[in-house]
Amino acid sequence: MEQQELIPHLFRNEYRKIVAVLGKVFGFDYIETAEDIASDTFLLAAETWGQKGIPANPVAWLYTVAKNKALNHLKRDALFTKKITPAIKHLSRQTDPEEPGIDLSEKNINDSQLQMMFAICHSSLSVEAQVGLSLRLLCGFGIDEIADAFLTNKETINKRLFRAKEILRTEKVAIELPGSYEIGQRLEAVLTTLYLLFNEGYYSTAVNSTLRQDLCVEAMRLNYLLVENPSTDTPSANALLALMCFHASRFEARTGQDGEAILYDDQDESLWNSELIEKGEYYLNRSATGSQLSKYHLEAAIAYWHTHKQDTPEKWENILQGYNRLLQIQYSPIAALNRTYALAKANGIREGIAEAEKLQLTGNHFYYTLLGELYKNLDREKARGYLLQALSLARSPTDKGTIQSKIDRL
Amino acid sequence: MKEFLLVFRRDFTTKELQLSPEQMQAMMKPWQDWMGSLAAQNKLVSNGNRLNKEGKVVKPGSVVTNGPYVEIKEAIGGYIIVRAADLDEAAELAKGCPVLQIGGNVEVRQLILE
Repeated sequence: MEQQELIPHLFRNEYRKIVAVLGKVFGFDYIETAEDIASDTFLLAAETWGQKGIPANPVAWLYTVAKNKALNHLKRDALFTKKITPAIKHLSRQTDPEEPGIDLSEKNINDSQLQMMFAICHSSLSVEAQVGLSLRLLCGFGIDEIADAFLTNKETINKRLFRAKEILRTEKVAIELPGSYEIGQRLEAVLTTLYLLFNEGYYSTAVNSTLRQDLCVEAMRLNYLLVENPSTDTPSANALLALMCFHASRFEARTGQDGEAILYDDQDESLWNSELIEKGEYYLNRSATGSQLSKYHLEAAIAYWHTHKQDTPEKWENILQGYNRLLQIQYSPIAALNRTYALAKANGIREGIAEAEKLQLTGNHFYYTLLGELYKNLDREKARGYLLQALSLARSPTDKGTIQSKIDRL
Repeated sequence: MKEFLLVFRRDFTTKELQLSPEQMQAMMKPWQDWMGSLAAQNKLVSNGNRLNKEGKVVKPGSVVTNGPYVEIKEAIGGYIIVRAADLDEAAELAKGCPVLQIGGNVEVRQLILE
């Protein structure tokens, strides 16, 4: 790999690991120091490698530099502390460079990231702040990338992250796994954050498709850390990972050559990733223990049935029952619309139309798209009317394009 | 929006009117479809509980009897809570309830929330 490709690639993979390990050592009080050291390390890499060429083992190079920078910082800090507060004995002991132990082994990287994940998903932070901070500290996203993902500007994100770190400091949140009692409660928030992170990538309207795919991959990577650790390997965590695998299996098939969205019905199923589907089935099986049926279980089951391209009564009946139960746990307009589509497939078009008309989601272009879809073989004029209504409500170019092609095909 | 309790009653005593396990199983889909329909309209507040048909009635003077609970044959089989503009709309929602297909009825009552 050439240097101009190598450094961004390493930055994407290694920055977050260095931040997690150093962040764990420094705590939230000095989290910015951890971020600065990681950034400086990459800055130095860009300068040095440009002059002297790429070292034999670039990752080891980065770790050594980050480690030395961190130790120097701690040493300086400790000397400073020793001068002004000679009374504090235990701090002076840290002048021994080996004492603080910067451990960049794979195990400690994973442990630190997991602990960081739980610390960030603290109840004192809003969900938006949790997702933002996760992107920054756990996924190594740049401020501009986070701003793109949230469809906002850099100042807003900077402010949001700054405030979030302030809160974690005031609340004295430690970077560690909570006790077994609290872990279940906090895991709920961790799963929500990962779910949103994944959805942000999978459904967001952000134009940059590489960024979107990265978001999904990051969410899956972090979720994988959860199921690898015995204390967080819960049925819900497995169900969420299964859900992500099933969705991600359609990455290649859902976007056309010019970046246009390809709807499920029109996808070339040979492009579906069978390895990810198998992984999804594996985690779905692992999730089938205990008595709790989470929304992730239901969504994963629905996604599982979608990996069967062929229309069968069994497929649509299972999808319908999945949505019936999902809606009883949590209402959302999109689940209501999808449920109605599945109902039409399972119970017949007329019942589907009757149910669709009860929804009255009149501000939602998907609602009119659904009505257009249901009417297309019964009453073409009516279907066209609904689709035109959908077209006038849709805002993103992708949605407009999808609706227009439906109109053209009537 | 107001909230309403829908109470499902049916005859749990007359032998000929009891459902076989297969009939019970066959009732699952209409129930789930109906509850899913209410939930899809964002009108389901609580999916309530189903009640076991066994029960006791406690009367003054430490008198405890088994069912029937009142002087009618029907007993409460379950309840849910829905959201509706008024009693008429709530009653309209109740018309889709599958208990009506097996000889039961639905009592609709507004919750007093304040």
